[in-house]
Amino acid sequence: MGMAATESQQFHVLAVDDSLIDRKLIERLLRTSSYQVTTVDSGTKALEFLGLRENHDGTPNTPSVSPNNHQEVEVNMVITDYCMPGMTGYDLLKKIKESSSLRNIPVVIMSSENVPSRISRCLEEGAEEFFLKPVRLSDLNRLKPHIMKRSKLKDEDQKQQVIPEKIENLLEVQKQHQPQEEAQPQPPLEQQQQNNNNSNKRKSMEQSLSPEPTDRTRPRYSGIATVV
Amino acid sequence: MDVVTQMQRQLLQYTSSLFKEGFLDDQFNQLQQLQDESNPEFVVEVVTLFFEDAERLLNELSKSLEQESIDFRRVDAHVHQLKGSSSSIGAQRVQRVCIAFKNFCEQQNVEGCLKSLQEIKQEYSLVKTKLETLFKMEKQLFAAGGSVSR
Repeated sequence: MGMAATESQQFHVLAVDDSLIDRKLIERLLRTSSYQVTTVDSGTKALEFLGLRENHDGTPNTPSVSPNNHQEVEVNMVITDYCMPGMTGYDLLKKIKESSSLRNIPVVIMSSENVPSRISRCLEEGAEEFFLKPVRLSDLNRLKPHIMKRSKLKDEDQKQQVIPEKIENLLEVQKQHQPQEEAQPQPPLEQQQQNNNNSNKRKSMEQSLSPEPTDRTRPRYSGIATVV
Repeated sequence: MDVVTQMQRQLLQYTSSLFKEGFLDDQFNQLQQLQDESNPEFVVEVVTLFFEDAERLLNELSKSLEQESIDFRRVDAHVHQLKGSSSSIGAQRVQRVCIAFKNFCEQQNVEGCLKSLQEIKQEYSLVKTKLETLFKMEKQLFAAGGSVSR
């Protein structure tokens, strides 16, 4: 969207998704959470925006350091869809992490499909988080620690340690999975957002174990009037 | 009961029925929560994008399935997109048929695919009508001076 000059305090997120609807959604979610947002529809455009272009032989080329290089606007985080034609979100993640100028930028992957091997592959490649689509406001709360960490520590080593921890956490949550969770009545909104936080992770692993198609299609509201 | 209160009640009941009957799921609530004074048309905008997207995809699907030699990967790609966008707006029944459709694609089952396509067209048509009705009711309520508390 607009490439206005960075407002100094605002956290700038680059959102990448080939779906127009999902771009609109993620943009709204991020803006509601007070982030500055730019959306692009492909990994290639994302890399261009980040100032990274490929040489003819396909190897990434960090632009020569000049005041006019493309990265006029600083990007503090990239959030990208996994399934995209051409360059996938995973490919984009790899390119960012392989780039000396970009690898410190946290990358979040979104996917409509819950595939544990995909999740762990992305986390191992350096993704900070993995969100199942459709992404919700409560999911964005999970970004807060990364933002705090960003501003406090620029230490690579400490960041690396998060990843194996995270896989452990996901596996821990899987063991604690309660199948009854779905049948409970709706709690009030704040608590519900809390539950969403936990249940998202639980959901990721839980559904990978179930024999049903892996989709978050269960209705949460069963007939309660919800003109919110 | 004054007119506005009555309209509010009707809107509430109508919305509730859409959830009850499975046309919409919680994601639709999420959309409504993202709407506010700074983005008063957000839900309508997103849903309109969905309508446009769905119609385009249904056309593509019809064409692809009419081919002598069906390209199932192409069909699957389109269904995948439709599944994604219906999921993003909470159009639950459409999304569910997409899942079944994807399975038929994997099996390269032509009959199954054709059946699914018919089902999707029906479900899409239904949810479109329902949502258009919902938006109309909201508009009328606002015009009468009422509001929907979000």
